[in-house]
Amino acid sequence: MTSGKGGVGKTTSSAAFATGLALRGYKTAVIDFDVGLRNLDLIMGCERRVVYDFVNVINGEANLRQALIKDKRTDNLYILPASQTRDKEALTQEGVGKVLEDLKADSFDFIICDSPAGIERGAAMAMYYADDAVIVTNPEVSSVRDSDRILGLLQSRTEKAEQGGSIREHLLITRYNPERVESGDMLGLEDVLDILAVPLIGVIPESGGVLQASNSGNPVILDTESTAGRAYDDFVRRFLGETVPHRFLEVEKKGIFKRLFGA
Amino acid sequence: MGLFDYFSKKKPKSAQLAKERLQIIIAHERVNRTGPDYLPQMRRDIMSVINKYVPIDEDQVNVQFEKGDDCDILELNISLPEQAKAVRH
Repeated sequence: MTSGKGGVGKTTSSAAFATGLALRGYKTAVIDFDVGLRNLDLIMGCERRVVYDFVNVINGEANLRQALIKDKRTDNLYILPASQTRDKEALTQEGVGKVLEDLKADSFDFIICDSPAGIERGAAMAMYYADDAVIVTNPEVSSVRDSDRILGLLQSRTEKAEQGGSIREHLLITRYNPERVESGDMLGLEDVLDILAVPLIGVIPESGGVLQASNSGNPVILDTESTAGRAYDDFVRRFLGETVPHRFLEVEKKGIFKRLFGA
Repeated sequence: MGLFDYFSKKKPKSAQLAKERLQIIIAHERVNRTGPDYLPQMRRDIMSVINKYVPIDEDQVNVQFEKGDDCDILELNISLPEQAKAVRH
């Protein structure tokens, strides 16, 4: 889960993605790569259960079983929090690779790497061993530009790229507001796809449900009432190979009266 | 859009502006990314050669690098200032 720019919804999306996979029976780990600025624990509601972290495991100060936090709501779901005190250089390529290998050996089906913003070590390490990349983008100029920059790195600075292959790229557009797209004040889906040219895997509408979810420490995908929760569920299903039409892209139709006289 | 908006004057939409600006800057940044490693230095060398004859700014030299099937294309677009004064030797 990557984006370049901060604040676009990587951690929210990582939490939703990991929970959605676990809900479907896949043993899933979600790792916070944002050393020094961890937040996945808060979004997942397990901030008071953190004892050991990712860097402790890399440095051999704790083993994986001690550091992984088992989610209380969803079976098959485990969280590996980032360290809050070490600096980012603590994430070594060998260390990260070893942790990922150990998780695979422990029969995990999916490992979600929640990248920090920026293009420094944390982000580089989160992408290096990836098979798939989900690029989280807001329909906004700086986010789109940074996503393009990240795409360049995904195509050159990953293990797969270094071996002459490529990783699968998926575009996840978040905070989409159909009203503002219709009024011409927000880049539309087609505009973003034209510019980035990456296959679309989901569009998450701007929704009050996202803030409510993070306030309470519940991944928003568990809120089946909210449009964002349902859109994240669609995204997970598409990732697993289902064909699911995109929803929440159009402005809800107004009555004839409102249309004539404006809203 | 209501009846009254319909008759009001149309302004260019900001989203359209955003798209155009993004297409330009991203195309520019992709050149530096996909082109060969020597491209930035070559660009500086070309700049300094031109500057021997005509004073120009960095943004007046546009270098495009395109990867083709049979060959790669390097495209140089240099706009000289209107009243280009030759540098005297």
